Amino acid sequence: MIPEIGHFALIVALIVSLMGAIVPHMAIARGDTRLMAMAGQFAYAQFLLATVAFAALTYAYVISDFSVLNVAANSHTAKPLLYKLSGVWGNHEGSLMLWILILSLFSACVAYGGKNLPLRFRSRVLAVQSALLVGFLLFVLLTSNPFERLDPAPFEGNGLNPLLQDPGLAFHPPMLYIGYVGLSVAFSFAVAALIEGEVTPLWARWVRPWTLAAWVFLTAGIALGSWWAYYELGWGGWWFWDPVENASFMPWLAATALLHSSIVVEKRDALKSWTILLAIVAFSFSLLGTFLVRSGVLTSVHAFAVDPERGVFILAFLAIIIGGSLALFAWRAPKLTPSGIFSLSSRESALVLNNILLATFAAVVLVGTLYPLVLEAINGVQITVGPPFFEFAATILMSPLIVALGFGPLLAWKRGNISRAAQILLPAVIISLFVFWITIWHDAAGMIMTGVGIGLGSWLMLSVMLEINKKTNFWIHPRGFWRRAKKLPRATWGMSLAHAGLGIILLAITVSEAWTEETLRLMKVGDSELVGGYNFTLEEVAPVAGPNYTAVRAHFLVEHNGNFIARLAPEDRVYSDPPMNTTEAGIYPLIRGDLYAVIGEYAGSNAWSVRLYFKPLISGLWLGAGLMALGGLISLSDRRQRIGAPASKKRLAFVSIAAKPAKVPKPAAPAKAIKPKKPTKPTKMAKAATPKKRTKPKKSVKTGA
Amino acid sequence: MAAGLGSRKKQRFVIVGIALMALMGTFLLVVFALGGDSLSLFLNPSAVVEKNMKQGQRFRLGGLVKDGSFTKLEDGLTFNFTVTDCEADIPVSYHGILPDLFREGQGVVTDGALDGTGIFVAESVLAKHDENYAAPGTMPENTDGCKHPEKSASIGP
Repeated sequence: MIPEIGHFALIVALIVSLMGAIVPHMAIARGDTRLMAMAGQFAYAQFLLATVAFAALTYAYVISDFSVLNVAANSHTAKPLLYKLSGVWGNHEGSLMLWILILSLFSACVAYGGKNLPLRFRSRVLAVQSALLVGFLLFVLLTSNPFERLDPAPFEGNGLNPLLQDPGLAFHPPMLYIGYVGLSVAFSFAVAALIEGEVTPLWARWVRPWTLAAWVFLTAGIALGSWWAYYELGWGGWWFWDPVENASFMPWLAATALLHSSIVVEKRDALKSWTILLAIVAFSFSLLGTFLVRSGVLTSVHAFAVDPERGVFILAFLAIIIGGSLALFAWRAPKLTPSGIFSLSSRESALVLNNILLATFAAVVLVGTLYPLVLEAINGVQITVGPPFFEFAATILMSPLIVALGFGPLLAWKRGNISRAAQILLPAVIISLFVFWITIWHDAAGMIMTGVGIGLGSWLMLSVMLEINKKTNFWIHPRGFWRRAKKLPRATWGMSLAHAGLGIILLAITVSEAWTEETLRLMKVGDSELVGGYNFTLEEVAPVAGPNYTAVRAHFLVEHNGNFIARLAPEDRVYSDPPMNTTEAGIYPLIRGDLYAVIGEYAGSNAWSVRLYFKPLISGLWLGAGLMALGGLISLSDRRQRIGAPASKKRLAFVSIAAKPAKVPKPAAPAKAIKPKKPTKPTKMAKAATPKKRTKPKKSVKTGA
Repeated sequence: MAAGLGSRKKQRFVIVGIALMALMGTFLLVVFALGGDSLSLFLNPSAVVEKNMKQGQRFRLGGLVKDGSFTKLEDGLTFNFTVTDCEADIPVSYHGILPDLFREGQGVVTDGALDGTGIFVAESVLAKHDENYAAPGTMPENTDGCKHPEKSASIGP
């Protein structure tokens, strides 16, 4: 009964979404404000229905209702509750349900938090969101119904892939999906702006918090996935340039570029068409990524089952959404008012360079990911594009980006003074060159790339510090530092944190790649092995039993110069449903680096194969990613970022402008015929309402949109 | 330094020019610097035989681990097995820890090169799978030539 309710909710949601996709456009054409306001109600209804459907599926998983095919194929009674829940999205149908739930959640958030948006514009945005939802609901209902029944019901289910039975991975897909789907809001805003034929600095301010939120989740989701690979796969690797990893990396690159370009739109009213295009491209990348995984065309650890029917639907859906939005862009973008002018050495130029490099990187990753597919389709030759390709591209593209990143925040808008910035950054230049030289000199083997990586990492960290020093005057008047630091806008702190996080990641990657020590050998109980200066002794190997697996657990004692450091307990687990082994690495993070032990199989005569690593500074990867996400959150908490609740005074000004276009009903005309509005009036007023760079943040913090 | 970008047209021209140069430059650099090394062929055993792969030429070999072919050498860390696509067999040697999913009859993807004696020396072995426990690309199309292992009891369609 419950699954049928879920199925029914999906069908009703489809009807509501269809209405939500059409009615607002009609209402705008007629100038009917009351009907326009309905868009919000549609969004709430969609969210409610999607929640009911998702809850129904979750319920079936929790009570292990094996009369539902999806549950029988992916769950098992002996699974712990957490993995029964995460099993809901650990398969094709369920992950689409999660996508639908999050998409409708975002629509509801836009409806709720976007009350300050002009009604007309908000309705358009919600209509585009509804149209996206229609596509996904059709896909689920026509090709991948999660509520399909099975008769007779089996007594026991197939179980979830044990690799996925891990707390890290229970949260990795939802995080990533929130990131992916969050970009749909930027997409809808862009499409709505194209339909309206107007992009203002105000538009950039509306869209930025959504992009920022999506970016934070995307960053966290990718980091979580890479962390999972690091400790669960037992190879000590954390990024493989696997097509599916690339699929999550491309939207991240595009979203990062979008975050930066939308600042230029907001502050300087320039780069408008490009920003709109980026918003479309960023979401297209997440669609492409999701569907590449779903359609099974990619051979990957992540790939779900292949189904030609789905493949055709997916292709059609991608063609309509991506092709349609790009066509709309080609048609409407020339009507956007042209951009403002800026000098070669200005903040804008630095951000343009950032965008060019990030976009190029995304394009290279796209080519590297799709080239094998295209080649196979053309002449049947199967190739793989290996990590060297991506790593090389990353090096040559990210190095100039990081050099420029030191300068960017110190350049003024419109016309900056690069030599003055260089003066401020002089200590960073000297120190990082010194570090570069030391690294190369220290390792006579000539590890130039290692030197470059470490040099760039320290350059980035130092330049962030110097920039904060400059802004707070710490060096000259250390006493008032905290007072001045508090006065800096949170967005500035967020930016600095995120940039510093990138520097830490860069250092961690370089150092861990260059100086990881690895040993592979057979060990008997009592044997010792020295890895990276740490002495690993195998103390005991014993069987243990978990809720739905049995395992062999090794106990390693780790000592450094005779002092106790840690005990590691790696496991080799054997799951019964489905029958499969997994490796649980034993990891102990030190400040210097990670101690990492893996136990392999029994090799006879009391010996086990073991793999021991010392991975210097590798924790910096997740620390850095965490800092980036934290920086995003801090920036998001900046009052100026929030469309829902700007401070009281500004709020009035803001609302009055925001509401203006809505109050003036357009003459009844189809959307096609809408002329691009003359932007002079709203633009000027919007600028006046845009607080200057250094507004004092008020202490009273309202909850954000 | 502040070389003026006088007009909008000129500004746009400069930006688009730099962007195109960055894109072209990157691709050219990647292609020149790496040549064929960054791309490796993915072959199944019969394609290896057909193409007559040279000794030392790196490629990826994918297929099923042949039933009954798996042996472990005395050091406990070197393994020999045969990868088959049910039409041709390639003997593989690997020194390391095999992945969790490695089984006779399962799909594997190995990365390495042939040595002088026709043995494929693998540097890495990936056992791949999806939720239904069979990786796309590793399942041979024609399984008449060998006994195809039963998939783990699947209820799916």
